[in-house]
Amino acid sequence: MTNQLTYQRLSRDQIAQRVARDIPEGAYVNLGIGLPTKIANYLDKEKEIFLHSENGVLGMGPAPSPEERDPELINAGKEFITLLTGGCFFHHGDSFTMMRGGHIDLCVLGAFQVAANGDLANWHTGEVDAIPAVGGAMDLAIGAKKVFVTMEHLTKTGESKIVNQCTYPLTGIGCVDRIYSDLAVIDVTADGLLVREMVVGMTFEMLQALTSAELIDATTR
Amino acid sequence: MIDKTSTSILNAIAQIKDGSTVMIGGFGTAGQPAELIDALIDHGARDLTVVNNNAGNGDYGLAALLKAGRVKKIICSFPRQSDSYEFDRLYHAKKIELELVPQGNLAARIQAAGAGLGAIFTPTGYGTLLAEGKETRHINGKDYVLEFPIYADFALIKAYQGDRWGNLVYRKSARNFGPIMATAATCTIAQVNEVVPLGQLDPEHIITPGIFVQHVVALSDIREGKAI
Repeated sequence: MTNQLTYQRLSRDQIAQRVARDIPEGAYVNLGIGLPTKIANYLDKEKEIFLHSENGVLGMGPAPSPEERDPELINAGKEFITLLTGGCFFHHGDSFTMMRGGHIDLCVLGAFQVAANGDLANWHTGEVDAIPAVGGAMDLAIGAKKVFVTMEHLTKTGESKIVNQCTYPLTGIGCVDRIYSDLAVIDVTADGLLVREMVVGMTFEMLQALTSAELIDATTR
Repeated sequence: MIDKTSTSILNAIAQIKDGSTVMIGGFGTAGQPAELIDALIDHGARDLTVVNNNAGNGDYGLAALLKAGRVKKIICSFPRQSDSYEFDRLYHAKKIELELVPQGNLAARIQAAGAGLGAIFTPTGYGTLLAEGKETRHINGKDYVLEFPIYADFALIKAYQGDRWGNLVYRKSARNFGPIMATAATCTIAQVNEVVPLGQLDPEHIITPGIFVQHVVALSDIREGKAI
């Protein structure tokens, strides 16, 4: 990489904070495991936002104190949670009716790769030895009204995770609407990958050089 | 008089034969009927096909059943967890067959079985590895994969309260797969924290109607060994 360190990458918490700003009051939202879960910490406390958990919870609240922990009140990542006043429980059939049936306004997922056409790969590295596990990722990817992805822009070895075609097994076809990386906010549209925001010190040319799929500069519009 | 609470846990579990398909409720350990599973381990049925969202945690319940070598095949959505070492060991030793199903398809296929449907067209998984070789159809501008129901001989589930007619209510996120699995099995055995008198459960709040439940076993009886 040339030009490195002239820009300031966002931390995982800063990415979560950035996504939180875009979640409107009244939205029914499913936050995936890992980085997306952190978004809950940064939601505006003044806004009423409905957090859904695939294991049958709507109106999920923050983590409980150690003495309030209830093994029968957990989220998709099997972490202890609380229920907000007005929240409710339901079975898996209803929960995935919400997800697959287009009732969830927004889901935020992590990703290994996103392709220029919105294909998402986030469940399997395809390694022969790896035990595959998919959970609810495929249902969310095709069922939520909007799919946001949070991820580092590059792999640990510096390869672009935004690609022309995913090389990892797909989670869903053409399902991603927006990418929040540690370098930029990018909309996935029929016209291409529109760069909406870049981190401080980043130029469009530098971002394009780091990204294997073609980008369109939409930051000034 | 109908009393679905009268069968001992041993007699209920003893109906499970070698080669049976057994649905086991729970999401991780929440809602997992660990005491029923322990009775199943004691009973000894082998070559089971198990349907569960996961593939066991630690040494608890389903993990202990796997460790005992009783499971031939598991149908689940998320086998890989930080504490799923019993499954990991069996999988790498090729001693267990895995059918990986997206979680919503797992739920929908269970519901299809319970509802008497021949198959479903689901959008989940279309164009992915998990739909390879499966029939697809383009309906109203969208692509779907044909998936078939998952039936079971037995469902072992955990509820909070039950009555002698088999009506059940659940507790918090331990509800998860219990209500839908109860509909898809020929024989559903529910362990409950408490058996309550008929009429005590508010009819407006009953989650699983007793028609879907064949046996109700109180957890206190299991723990004290009374029912055994």
